[in-house]
Amino acid sequence: MMPPSPPGGVRVPFGIPPAQTDAASPADPNGHTVPVASSAGAHPSADHPAKENREVTPEELRAAIDEVLARLDRDLVGLVPVKSRVRDIASLLVVDRLRRAQGLSADPPSLHMSFTGNPGTGKTTVALRMAEILHRLGYSRKGHLVVATRDDLVGQYIGHTAPKTKDVLKRAMGGVLFIDEAYYLYRPENERDYGAEAIEILLQVMEDNRDDLVVILAGYADRMERFFASNPGIKSRIAHHIDFPDYTPDELMQIADLMLEKMMYRFSPAAREAFARYLQRRMRQPHFANARSVRNALDRMRLRQATRLTAQPGTPSREELMMIEAADVLASRVFTTSPTDVEAT
Amino acid sequence: MHLTQGTFSYLPPLSDDEIAAQIRYALDRSWAVSIEYTDDPHPRNVYWEMWGLPMFDLKDPAAVLQELNRCRAEHGDCYIRINAYDRSKGRQTTALSFIVNRPLVEPGFRVERTEFADRQVKYTLHAYATDKPAGQRYGPAGS
Repeated sequence: MMPPSPPGGVRVPFGIPPAQTDAASPADPNGHTVPVASSAGAHPSADHPAKENREVTPEELRAAIDEVLARLDRDLVGLVPVKSRVRDIASLLVVDRLRRAQGLSADPPSLHMSFTGNPGTGKTTVALRMAEILHRLGYSRKGHLVVATRDDLVGQYIGHTAPKTKDVLKRAMGGVLFIDEAYYLYRPENERDYGAEAIEILLQVMEDNRDDLVVILAGYADRMERFFASNPGIKSRIAHHIDFPDYTPDELMQIADLMLEKMMYRFSPAAREAFARYLQRRMRQPHFANARSVRNALDRMRLRQATRLTAQPGTPSREELMMIEAADVLASRVFTTSPTDVEAT
Repeated sequence: MHLTQGTFSYLPPLSDDEIAAQIRYALDRSWAVSIEYTDDPHPRNVYWEMWGLPMFDLKDPAAVLQELNRCRAEHGDCYIRINAYDRSKGRQTTALSFIVNRPLVEPGFRVERTEFADRQVKYTLHAYATDKPAGQRYGPAGS
């Protein structure tokens, strides 16, 4: 739920650019001319409250964007190419805002994106940050993220799909629509599948409502590539293709440390070394899902730690409650089964 | 005759920007917004047609404006209103309701007097538009 805020009190640190204030302008059948401010900050007057039309200084823009990017750097381990792409896009938007303030008009940049990468590489997290960046820069009015999968978009019988898709799109307006595993929308093996209808509506909205929402498609690289190949209309409407690389073992270790720190746990030195070996083995096994597998592994180690602590006599000390010992790590089935076996427990 | 029903009826017709601002106010309070239309302007007519289902979980007025424009394209010759429904605190309440579209010509109402026992008179309102069958009351859209 949105907390109540005053009318028009969208928390944008600086003015909404003219292209964005057009909640109504494109198709007004009554022929009303909609009074849209001519350019952001060009004519600050008593009629236009400061929050709508304040002069945007480069410093303000840069400060706002730097803060978000710094958080991105801090919270996400690795992902260097992703971060630099996000930085590029942010810079483009900053420059676009500055250009517009100078009266240098250009079409608002197309912001639809596709995130490709293996599971657990941080696609959703980056999408959340992206929504925040777009909101900070005034390219997204609300900056919320609506996550949708095939189930949310595609209906089960004729006439069911369009209202469903439109409903999701409407909820995402003013924010970012994140479609996870987008390739499931298109099922070439079933010609009566309603996914194509959803794609069609999606395409139309991506084109017509570019000011209202940003669409991010996400999924595994190879399947996304096939999806784009069979739906060229979508590929051409997506300006930014960002590839999420897998994490290296070192990065996964850092992620594990970060996660444990958040949960107020700690590795003992032996456990840390054991966990590094665990990662080596786990990464070679099937269904390895990067950071998600690390999280699951940590959760299972917490279980083992709890069992160990309840089994031992006396009340465990604060230190003991926080410490994950090597035994908790080494009890994993990853160490007892051959690397080709199924999902570790 | 300018039909005055609902909030803001004493004001000149709202522009789309102003409508969007009102919708934003409603959405910021988590009110569900719905669109309804009718060609029976009688004030006691509570049965307006629904334009789709009420829209829940919206964040931005652009979605409502889009629906409104679709409704205008189809029923531009009707009265269209926007309702905002407040479901907080278990209230079953329309918190905000205002007309956003009206026919080009609004013929208005006449007073009808019905006499009955002891020279008493009952007064009632009759909308001229409703003399015609539904669907033909305000001419085709845009005419």
